[in-house]
Amino acid sequence: MIVGERKPVGEIWGMIKGFRKVLVFGCNTCVAVCFAGGEKEVGILASQIRMKAKQENVDMLVIEGAIERQCEHEFIAAAKDQIESADCVLSIACGAGIQFTGEDFPHKIILPGLNTTGINVVEQNGVFAERCQSCGDCVLHLTGGVCPISRCSKSILNGPCGGSHDGKCEVNPEIPCGWQLIYDRLKLQGRLEILDEVIPAKDWRPSRDGGPRKIIREDLQE
Amino acid sequence: MKAGSNLEQVLEKGLFAVTAELGPKQGVDAADIRHKAGLLKDYCDAMNITDNQTAVVRMSSIGAAIIVRQMGLDPVIQIVCRDRNRLAIQADVLGAAAHDVMNVLALTGDHQTMGNHPQAKNVHDIDSLQLLQCLKGLREGRFMNGDPLKTAPPKLFIGAAANPFGGPLEYRVSRLAKKINAGADFIQTQPVFDMDIFKRYMEDARERGLHEKTHILAGIIPMKSAAMAKYMRDNVAGVILPDDKVNRMANSIKGIEDKEEKKKRQAEEGVKIACEEIEQVREIKGVHGIHIMAVAWEEIVPKVVSKANLKERPKRLPDN
Repeated sequence: MIVGERKPVGEIWGMIKGFRKVLVFGCNTCVAVCFAGGEKEVGILASQIRMKAKQENVDMLVIEGAIERQCEHEFIAAAKDQIESADCVLSIACGAGIQFTGEDFPHKIILPGLNTTGINVVEQNGVFAERCQSCGDCVLHLTGGVCPISRCSKSILNGPCGGSHDGKCEVNPEIPCGWQLIYDRLKLQGRLEILDEVIPAKDWRPSRDGGPRKIIREDLQE
Repeated sequence: MKAGSNLEQVLEKGLFAVTAELGPKQGVDAADIRHKAGLLKDYCDAMNITDNQTAVVRMSSIGAAIIVRQMGLDPVIQIVCRDRNRLAIQADVLGAAAHDVMNVLALTGDHQTMGNHPQAKNVHDIDSLQLLQCLKGLREGRFMNGDPLKTAPPKLFIGAAANPFGGPLEYRVSRLAKKINAGADFIQTQPVFDMDIFKRYMEDARERGLHEKTHILAGIIPMKSAAMAKYMRDNVAGVILPDDKVNRMANSIKGIEDKEEKKKRQAEEGVKIACEEIEQVREIKGVHGIHIMAVAWEEIVPKVVSKANLKERPKRLPDN
């Protein structure tokens, strides 16, 4: 899922302090599952802002709202009245949702209340770890099902580098070496010979380097 | 001969080569480069100029290498994949070659968060294996995209690093083989402190015939102090430094109060250990030379090389 982390209240306050009526606007899909930007978090953040406004003696009305997905027109449209009534919208959806809400209400000021950090899995309760950087050209068949782009700190395709030590990354002993994981997996599967071939230089165009990406599915278009 | 650099000539003649590392300062000091190159010139066959070593910004490897080349010496430029993409790297290699810089060492590069600009975006457009392929392609007259160069190809003698002590240890020789297949004419290893691991590594390499396909130079780091030894053992990823060597460094200053005396004694012990290591690696079949990385301690290289009886360097021959 797409995960993110709420921005600190201090930073948020810096963005919204000049507005009279603020809509804290959540998204109940990905960022709700990671307990960062759903309806429940909207309630918590709104209370924090109200307290801050009181402390700072600022007259501010904070209203709350959340929709199923801020990345689809239909859902955003359903919140029209709320959005129109506010002086600014503080969205705690992912970066895509924040922007899309803004695209549908271009005259409104839409502010980000959440930092989107990646495509992660729930490793255990409360631990969301990155597994994919959406490079657009999956190589998992060449690396034992472990992604070198997202799990190696240097995203190298022919690792491990010389900084792999006792299964850990040189960046931080808390980070497992992605290439150690790849090696271990292939060894377990008896497929180490896969590593004998040099994976050639990657074509980064399907990643961000080819410019903003768009998928067009004519079969789904009306 | 692939390029005809001094280093290549020494190695191709089957002589035991010595290379030494020269680290540029964090600034614009050409005199410092000349001074360090002057210190090293009679004690090595080629000198490696580091490329933003430890992810700290310094004078560029190529800039410094041109100065070294103008002194009639043989530099090895190092290229890390962290800071430049395939366009910049290819352009820089051509620029260096235009200044008759021929030896190039392909490296991954320390992660930028370990250096002095941890906020930086890293590149890693290509990795060190792909960089080797790129360099080989350039030498054969083609860019990475397959297009031909519009001039004569650059003369390149291509090197790679190898770390026999990185994880997983059992995979390290396979990675060496991969680098040789990708184009490494010579290999400079990370520092060899643990002789047992290195001997096994070389044995495995010999079994696979790798010592005949490339020139392996064993890395040597003379330890300057007991504190440095301890730090390297405990904190530098990919280094295996046995306790007995760390203890020897610590014991060398035991009971000594005088600061200068302390400095002298531990330096002496460091040189002694380095010389022992050189002697040991020279006895290993398939080791064709040593690469001395005297980190911020270039002035010790003459002493190490002399004490290790390697001072008689082959006469520098005209470029081939």
